[in-house]
Amino acid sequence: MSKPIVATTSLAGCFGCHMSFLDIDERILELMQLVEFDKSPINDIKKISRKCDIGLIEGGCCNSENVHVLKEFRENCKILISVGECAIMGGLPAMRNGIPLSECLEEAYQNGLTVKESNDARIFPNDPELPIILDKVYPCHEIVKIDYLLPGCPPRADLIWEALIAIITGNQIKMPYEVLKYD
Amino acid sequence: MNQIIKFTIDDVECVATKGQYIIDAARENGIFIASLCNYPGVKPKGSCRVCSVKVNGRLMTACTTPVSQGMAIENHTDELNELRKKIIELFFVEGNHFCPSCEKGGTCELQALAYRFKIMSPRYPYFFPQREVDATNPKLIKDQNRCILCKRCIRAIHDEKGRTIFAYKRRSNRVEISIDPKLGRELTDEVALKAMDVCPVGALLIREKGFDTPIGERKYDKNPIGSDIEHLQIPYSKTKSNE
Repeated sequence: MSKPIVATTSLAGCFGCHMSFLDIDERILELMQLVEFDKSPINDIKKISRKCDIGLIEGGCCNSENVHVLKEFRENCKILISVGECAIMGGLPAMRNGIPLSECLEEAYQNGLTVKESNDARIFPNDPELPIILDKVYPCHEIVKIDYLLPGCPPRADLIWEALIAIITGNQIKMPYEVLKYD
Repeated sequence: MNQIIKFTIDDVECVATKGQYIIDAARENGIFIASLCNYPGVKPKGSCRVCSVKVNGRLMTACTTPVSQGMAIENHTDELNELRKKIIELFFVEGNHFCPSCEKGGTCELQALAYRFKIMSPRYPYFFPQREVDATNPKLIKDQNRCILCKRCIRAIHDEKGRTIFAYKRRSNRVEISIDPKLGRELTDEVALKAMDVCPVGALLIREKGFDTPIGERKYDKNPIGSDIEHLQIPYSKTKSNE
């Protein structure tokens, strides 16, 4: 039987969850025996190239590119997991959700204290290559179906490890009290 | 003399003094009933409903119902724990609870209850309401985003003349806590610290303080909320919810 394939990505996140993932330390060697990696910042594969078994999503959706990648993951992954507070509830980027988007953009590109030097012409970034910013930051499960959620900022390495092992081996997750934290 | 009465919680025989509230009597018998708005020594309010138990088959709040002789109380059942989980999840979606950036993380009772009930994520959509931070007081910062309107600060904090310092203002879903501008200016360090401790979440914070205990050593990092009460009883790891 071939190994299960894992893909990971960071949307509107800080890569902290991926750093925490690497905190499984030497167990990564064990993981390499158990799974194969497709798209992931860990191996620098940029595009999903085949159907995957497990997709790990870090970060919520703050722009059109995030939504595109998330939908691509949903289409290609049998099991999709939201990893971290940002994927689950938008996280710190979602702090803008109570503020109208126009106010956010005006503060960043027109009225902010540091705008004068960095953006003398007071233009909003409008290159067609840039993804379009969404009206607010959305949790991943409000865009596509998410199968499992691992909270934490970042989720403890042990939680990510135990979740992966549980899925790969088809067992119940072992979750001691210390590993479930929101910060 | 105080009258001693007998009652049961989940078929465990308990004793209490007549007139005690269920939650206090349970605590003395080593049984934890989850609660948020209740604070030992402060007049109970029964506003959060997290402590709901079944008394002779009816839902009652354990913090406002006195025990009586022969009462049969259900506390740790799947039905009640599910109800409590739902209430806690509603608190999380109703406000803006950004745990990663909150100074109260690790000592927050709302968070600790969520850990205890193993909530991975609320089942309801987030509201993301627009709420204000009030930093006008010289000693305290009030962050309405995190407030769960339990009224603990209103009920527990008084000045030396017995006047309340905190109050509700506005109505309905715009209701918020306000600090009396005049009495608030004269807050002593001691009272300000008490206000921060009384707040179950991070809505009241002392200025220029925070993140002083490292992650891993905070109150609820290693031990679940209620484990101090339960040490006389079955350890948390052997309770039903953990099977």
